Amino acid sequence: MMMLRRVVVTGLGMVTPLACGVEQTWARLLAGRSGASRIESFETSDLPCRIACQIPRGDGSDGTWNPDDWMDPKDQRKVDPFIVYAMAAAKQALDDAGWHPTGYDEQAASGVLIGSGIGGIEGIADAALILRDKGPRRLSPFFIPGRLINLASGYVSIAHGLKGPNHAVVTACSTGAHAIGDAARLIALGDADVMVAGGTESPISRIAMAGFAACRALSTHFNDEPTRASRPYDRDRDGFVMGEGSGVVVLEDYEHAVARGARIYAELVGYGLSGDAFHITSPSEDGDGAYRCMKAALKRAGLDPTALDYVNAHGTSTPLGDEIELGAVERLIGDAASRLTMSSTKSATGHLLGAAGAIEAIFTILAMRDGKVPPTLNLENPSIETRIDLVPLAAKEKRIDVALSNSFGFGGTNASLVFARLP
Amino acid sequence: MSDIAERVKKIVVEHLGVEAEKVNENANFIDDLGADSLDTVELVMAFEEEFNVEIPDDAAETIVTVGDAIKFLEKNAG
Repeated sequence: MMMLRRVVVTGLGMVTPLACGVEQTWARLLAGRSGASRIESFETSDLPCRIACQIPRGDGSDGTWNPDDWMDPKDQRKVDPFIVYAMAAAKQALDDAGWHPTGYDEQAASGVLIGSGIGGIEGIADAALILRDKGPRRLSPFFIPGRLINLASGYVSIAHGLKGPNHAVVTACSTGAHAIGDAARLIALGDADVMVAGGTESPISRIAMAGFAACRALSTHFNDEPTRASRPYDRDRDGFVMGEGSGVVVLEDYEHAVARGARIYAELVGYGLSGDAFHITSPSEDGDGAYRCMKAALKRAGLDPTALDYVNAHGTSTPLGDEIELGAVERLIGDAASRLTMSSTKSATGHLLGAAGAIEAIFTILAMRDGKVPPTLNLENPSIETRIDLVPLAAKEKRIDVALSNSFGFGGTNASLVFARLP
Repeated sequence: MSDIAERVKKIVVEHLGVEAEKVNENANFIDDLGADSLDTVELVMAFEEEFNVEIPDDAAETIVTVGDAIKFLEKNAG
């Protein structure tokens, strides 16, 4: 059997409801800032949820989002925003990694694997109305290529000359984690030396908000207090808050990174996947899918669950999901629960669906880099007792050598990533 | 310059994101103005919308320069 190559993280990029940029987002996350606000960009008066975590728009200074900084306006017009977000996060990550392949061999060894949960759903809805009202001749030739989920990977590869594997993942809210895990396997198996991997999502549209509200997934009781709505593990939680943005990492063969003197953030030592085989939107009540997923990731890492210092939880702030995940982690870690720290950064960013696993992988890596654990905002009255430290309200310091990030998606699809600090 | 030529040039500038000075009658959409094949399809759609005219595919294939578009529309736009 061939040897698997080691995979490390050498670049980070993100656009989130807290800021455009990794360090700006991270600073605001540690400071306890929330990205939630009222939706003003479309009519919400007939929607049960009228809030979301929205990227701060501006001229590009002070962590604001100016799409013109990342994609030519004439190209932006052709695509749904999820592609523009991915372009921004990918450029940041490649710049951060200092990886700009030029020669034929370097380009062929560098690939892209960026996924999305729902891709260009808004553009599809708009096109359906054009088809109905004006007929097929009025559909833009960019309708299809501007909505397809794998076109995030396509646009990024074209912009940066990345001619290796070009792939995409679509596994709802597990997308970002699966993308990073699958991309790492492509490197481990030798299909690529470098992979630009992550997730992207632009779900703050009338059609997506109405759709997620219809499956009773969204918070509805905090429309007048948006920053209090995302409250994982709190007794008053009532659903998730939608978020938008993208997270992208540069993954690299360890030897390749060392040879070019790249800065290494962490090693991706474990990746686990599982299915619930239970329900289309609800997690299995016994948490067995989550348990097996984490177990598989740790097995791949060759680590005992007690080695975990930090878990970045899926923790979406839904009544059912949070406690099920917590139970699965307790079952995994047993008596070591009292030394484990676990927080849900969705309390600040909202739920970025297909991008969530990617931005949370980045938060997990940064927690390790800085020895700082981001908080679970709004956790005022835990709905359940646990010995695990859920980091309520404020960030805290802790040395982290091994950390795990969980992502679970509609369809009963689960992914866990385990990162370790290099000695 | 005719009103039609003015409107054609405005559409080309908007859709292709090019400077107005470059949009002269001899400019080829693909060779001179950086359009790809999908851009040209969209341009023709924009002309149809603006001038309320239908441009059949075989006619669209003959519209490769700004001047071609102006000539076609001067003849066919009501």
